[in-house]
Amino acid sequence: MNKKMKKKLGLIISASIFFVIAFCCPLDWIILKNSLFVVSYLLVGFEILRKAARNIVNGHVFDENFLMTVATLGAFGIGEIEEAVAVMLFYQVGEFFQSYAVDKSRKSITALMDIRPDYANVYRNKEILKVDPDEVNVGEIILIKPGEKVPLDGNVVEGEGMLNTLALTGEAMPRHVKKDDLVLSGCISMDATLKLKVEKEFSESTVSKILELVENASSRKSKSENFISKFARFYTPIVVGIAVLLALLPPMFLGWDTFSTWLYRALSFLVVSCPCALVISIPLSFFGGIGAAAKRGILVKGSNYLEALSKTELVICDKTGTLTEGVFKVQEIDGVGYSDQDVLKYAAYAEYYSLHPISLSLKEAYGKEIDEKLITKNKELSGKGVYSVVDGKKILVGNDKLMEEYHISYTKNHKVGTIIYVAIDSQFAGSIVISDKIKEDAYLAMEQFRKNQVQKVVMLTGDKENISKSVAKKLGIDEYHAELLPQEKVKLVEKYMSEKSADGKLVFVGDGINDAPVLAYADIGISMGGLGSDAAIEASDVVIMTDQPSLISTAIQISHQTMRIVKENIVFAITVKIAVLLLSAFGLATMWAAVFADVGVSVIAILNALRILRIKK
Amino acid sequence: MKKCKFKITGLDCAACASHLEDKLQKIDGVEDVSISFMTEKFSFSCQEDRKEEILKIIKKVIHKEEPDVEIEEV
Repeated sequence: MNKKMKKKLGLIISASIFFVIAFCCPLDWIILKNSLFVVSYLLVGFEILRKAARNIVNGHVFDENFLMTVATLGAFGIGEIEEAVAVMLFYQVGEFFQSYAVDKSRKSITALMDIRPDYANVYRNKEILKVDPDEVNVGEIILIKPGEKVPLDGNVVEGEGMLNTLALTGEAMPRHVKKDDLVLSGCISMDATLKLKVEKEFSESTVSKILELVENASSRKSKSENFISKFARFYTPIVVGIAVLLALLPPMFLGWDTFSTWLYRALSFLVVSCPCALVISIPLSFFGGIGAAAKRGILVKGSNYLEALSKTELVICDKTGTLTEGVFKVQEIDGVGYSDQDVLKYAAYAEYYSLHPISLSLKEAYGKEIDEKLITKNKELSGKGVYSVVDGKKILVGNDKLMEEYHISYTKNHKVGTIIYVAIDSQFAGSIVISDKIKEDAYLAMEQFRKNQVQKVVMLTGDKENISKSVAKKLGIDEYHAELLPQEKVKLVEKYMSEKSADGKLVFVGDGINDAPVLAYADIGISMGGLGSDAAIEASDVVIMTDQPSLISTAIQISHQTMRIVKENIVFAITVKIAVLLLSAFGLATMWAAVFADVGVSVIAILNALRILRIKK
Repeated sequence: MKKCKFKITGLDCAACASHLEDKLQKIDGVEDVSISFMTEKFSFSCQEDRKEEILKIIKKVIHKEEPDVEIEEV
């Protein structure tokens, strides 16, 4: 509780005491009784009167302070002193609860997203100093002890161990780091004592970039939020107009003696009409939604994007790096006359000096130490493969062209992927299939898309037709386009943008490195595995910090839930208000009920908004 | 252009925040005004050499519109 709130609580309590004394005071001492009520009223309501007066001077007349002032002063006017004080008191109690709830939720959501490190242990003059991360320079050595947060991005110079990246990526699996690995700020060391050489200043470090993004997120307002602000602008004058008519018209026709009855009804009508519940609960719901997403490693850059995500109609994915791992892996070995292990061994030896991704994948699959002495001859045949002599055997490793050039009769392999043929001593020894692997999580993502009302999933890729076809088929993708150049991707996205329904949104998902134009062109651009890549964070509207495509569905799901809560609050608040407005217009609701309808609805709407934080994984 | 960031306290509701944002946006030399009711953050951009002068006007406008609101540079 802050100072302001404590002061308010003090005023409420003292006003209540005066109210009770006044209430018990016998009617014979009417002047004392009424003065005590006035003291209570001024204690609790002075702030409201002051604000209302100030706002009238500033030219914006119709706000809740104005409504409360007119209602309570009006009640004084018709002699309902007790009611006037009670209403003001009740209103302030409600306001107090409301700001308390907002303050609490603000804190809990902010804590959720708080990955800011408080200090850094830096080596200076052979001493370890605890300083603000802001003060550490690039190139200095910092120390991270077990349980501490990594304050700045840096490379490990000493130590190894496990890092918890949960706060940063939402990924529960700890990451192992060793010497020369890059460690990102915001991770927490689980058991490791690490010495890092600082690579980036604090303001450029990952943690700062992410914090900046999340903090600015709520400044981009959604349509619903803008609607509510506009709504409040028109709503209050209309309500005041109706209240005036309600106070004047019926007495004119029914005779002036009923004027005070109708004035009382008009005043109750004013009290219930405050739009606070809507004005406060809707930004809170969006803020909660953004917080809930951040907790899972999804950074949404604004409420407008969170709102748009709920209308996702079409998802367009890049293939490599998004649906597949983007790393070549040996998938299958088919030895002829030699064992699979031998074929792989000779292939790995022959490709030992090459740095091509295919060669790297062969060496990785072989996994054992390569004895360089066994390789006595090695020649790269550009565009075809390698000729090498290993352990006295003549080895040919390469594509079909290589086999044909050396007149080796081989069996063609029709599997999908890159095919490597191996010949030993001019005899065909077998083939190896190398391809990019589909992420396990991609299957889950596809399943989730269907559940979240995504109508079509399209894959765009620069990769070969047969590989793309196989990936699309395995994942159940509706449409795919292969062998595309970057500018063709933009054209296709333009085409899909013009085909979708007016209200539906198009989401493009890419790795953010070479998709920047498309990311910007789509309704919502999502970049994956964006950690540490500034370009990706800049270009996209939503950043997924891990490389799990299923988080796209999670984001859509959170947006659905947020929108549902927003709608619930709008419908609930407006229904209760209209009901009580009608009741009070016909004299069936007292001013007490009116205050409850105003303040109670606000508190319930706030509590409902906080449910977003408890969305299941 | 320099981006200036503040913590803003004492706002009653999101509508007040967006109202204040509109008013501040109209000040000459001020750009990209953003007030977030939820995060209690306020930021704007201006020419670096005009910052002091602009900040004075901003404080005046805030005092007129929402006297309870306080800002503190971060």
